[in-house]
Amino acid sequence: MQPPRSETVQGSWEHFPHQADIGVRGIGSTKEVAFESAAHALTAVITDPGSVAPTQSVPIVCEAPDDELLLVDWLNALVYEMATRKMLFSRFAVCFNDHSLHATAWGEPIEVARHQPAVEVKGATYTELSVKRDEQGRWIAQCVVDV
Amino acid sequence: MDLNLLKRRARNEWHISPRGKMRVPGVIYATESLIRDMDEKVYEQVTNVATLPGIVRASYAMPDAHWGYGFPIGGVAAFDPDLGGVVSAGGVGFDISCGVRALRTGLTVEDLQPVKEQLAETLFHRIPAGVGSTGKVHLDRHEMDAMLAGGARWAVGKGYGMHEDLASIEEQGCMAGAKPEWVSDYAKKRQQDEMGTLGSGNHYLEVQQVVQVFDAAVASIFGFREGDIVVSIHCGSRGLGHQIGTEFLKRMAVSAARYHIDLPDRELASAPINSEVGQEYLGAMRAAINCALANRQIITHLVRQAFANLLPQATLSLLYDVSHNTCKVEEHVIDGTPTRLFVHRKGATRAFGPGHPDVPPFLRAVGQPVLIGGTMGTASYVLVGTKESMSLAFGSACHGAGRSMSRHQALRQWQGRDVVKDLAARGILIRSPSFRGVAEEAPGAYKDVSEVVDAADEANLARKVARLAPLVCIKG
Repeated sequence: MQPPRSETVQGSWEHFPHQADIGVRGIGSTKEVAFESAAHALTAVITDPGSVAPTQSVPIVCEAPDDELLLVDWLNALVYEMATRKMLFSRFAVCFNDHSLHATAWGEPIEVARHQPAVEVKGATYTELSVKRDEQGRWIAQCVVDV
Repeated sequence: MDLNLLKRRARNEWHISPRGKMRVPGVIYATESLIRDMDEKVYEQVTNVATLPGIVRASYAMPDAHWGYGFPIGGVAAFDPDLGGVVSAGGVGFDISCGVRALRTGLTVEDLQPVKEQLAETLFHRIPAGVGSTGKVHLDRHEMDAMLAGGARWAVGKGYGMHEDLASIEEQGCMAGAKPEWVSDYAKKRQQDEMGTLGSGNHYLEVQQVVQVFDAAVASIFGFREGDIVVSIHCGSRGLGHQIGTEFLKRMAVSAARYHIDLPDRELASAPINSEVGQEYLGAMRAAINCALANRQIITHLVRQAFANLLPQATLSLLYDVSHNTCKVEEHVIDGTPTRLFVHRKGATRAFGPGHPDVPPFLRAVGQPVLIGGTMGTASYVLVGTKESMSLAFGSACHGAGRSMSRHQALRQWQGRDVVKDLAARGILIRSPSFRGVAEEAPGAYKDVSEVVDAADEANLARKVARLAPLVCIKG
């Protein structure tokens, strides 16, 4: 059995192993989709993204000097919103403007009995961090998250 | 890990000779079998840490070392500010001052048995655990800053626990040099509902039985004997620490080039101790240490309340409280000269030996208790610091079992419901809001904690005092 993976509308996500924690990887035809898919992978660390209804929207803006730091900032912004709003997210729309990211995340408040959240994410790390195009021209955005 | 990469200097001591940009050697304390099972990434991370400016003596890994972020988990490294030494947000990690606290109960297993189920339910009900859980303590801006400056001392002042608890906490319950003003509003907001919560992942609260005593004389000074019931709490600085780690990791990664720090891995994000960002991190990180100490103090209060109705005869006095993700200023002898160093312990427990001035007077004759968390199905250990440990790894020992399997592998192998059922059949009651969380933390996903502890004992990092077996476990 392979680590969890799934297709989203335009992209796909998967987890990759880390001895103590979990790697999240988003794959897409564009960098935007890869970032959105990485966010799906982040939610999947905690719960089944399919169990999260995208009923409330939260705006997110991040800035960083390069794509890799921007990915970590994006995932950490989601971690922060999940922690302070007690929400989970299942739909994402990302766009870039130079070194900044403007996004909307849709989700709902955590219901422990229904979502069965396995673990909270403490933060996105720089371990196995990369944002690049693979040989097939697909964008890959990934890093390990600390749980 | 390939043994050919290492030179064996003693039965459980393996050296990596400096090469490339390494400023000092690497040293791993472990049995041959633990070394063979260690990920190659541990080797890479030990050698990467050895390249950081101002590192002294060696880059160390404890017997439970495994692949971490920048530093290996189970990594110890000390830096001299006068040699351009650095402080590393990656070297402390996200869960600043995560640690273990143990309480003596004055009870035996016979006292516990008739109310064990009820106690498990009461603890699960009273101690907030798991994703999205919130505590009953909500701090306004003024109280948040007072907590960040005062730690467990603040908590006791607010009625959470007793004054005598403070003597049995590292730093006497209050980390000096905390600067709440350098903790961001984001970090404070993230903490506003999380005081007195366990968190999730490998964090837990356990009711345990002392099943084996290895050193009766030290156990007597620590105040327990075989058959006694103790309570152990494993958690840290919650969202506040995570946010501080996140923010300073980025600041240090971005500023490293400005300080001419060549990072072999961005996760080793560091800044000179004597720099603005270095000093601000130290002030914020120390505030997070106080947050963790206050958090464990509030949970202690909740545990006492839970016991009060069911087992009013329970004493619940503090055995000790250790932190295993920290950077602390300590004096160590380097080349015969006492030197002030910034000692990073990432998944490593301080293990100061007999006579050390930082060990409380009532324990100074034997050394500090070293509390090692195991798994919910195996055992935890109490060890004691040794004199030898000071020269081996700056007075440090292991911190837990260490994972041997990723969370994915664990999910493939176990169902949470089955783990709970199997452990119940063995007399261990698990209470958790998430079966998936239980499966990811299944005992079989960890290394053999006894082998880890034996390796630490044989290497003289710390000496075994007692083994504790779980009876009730509250998992986040």
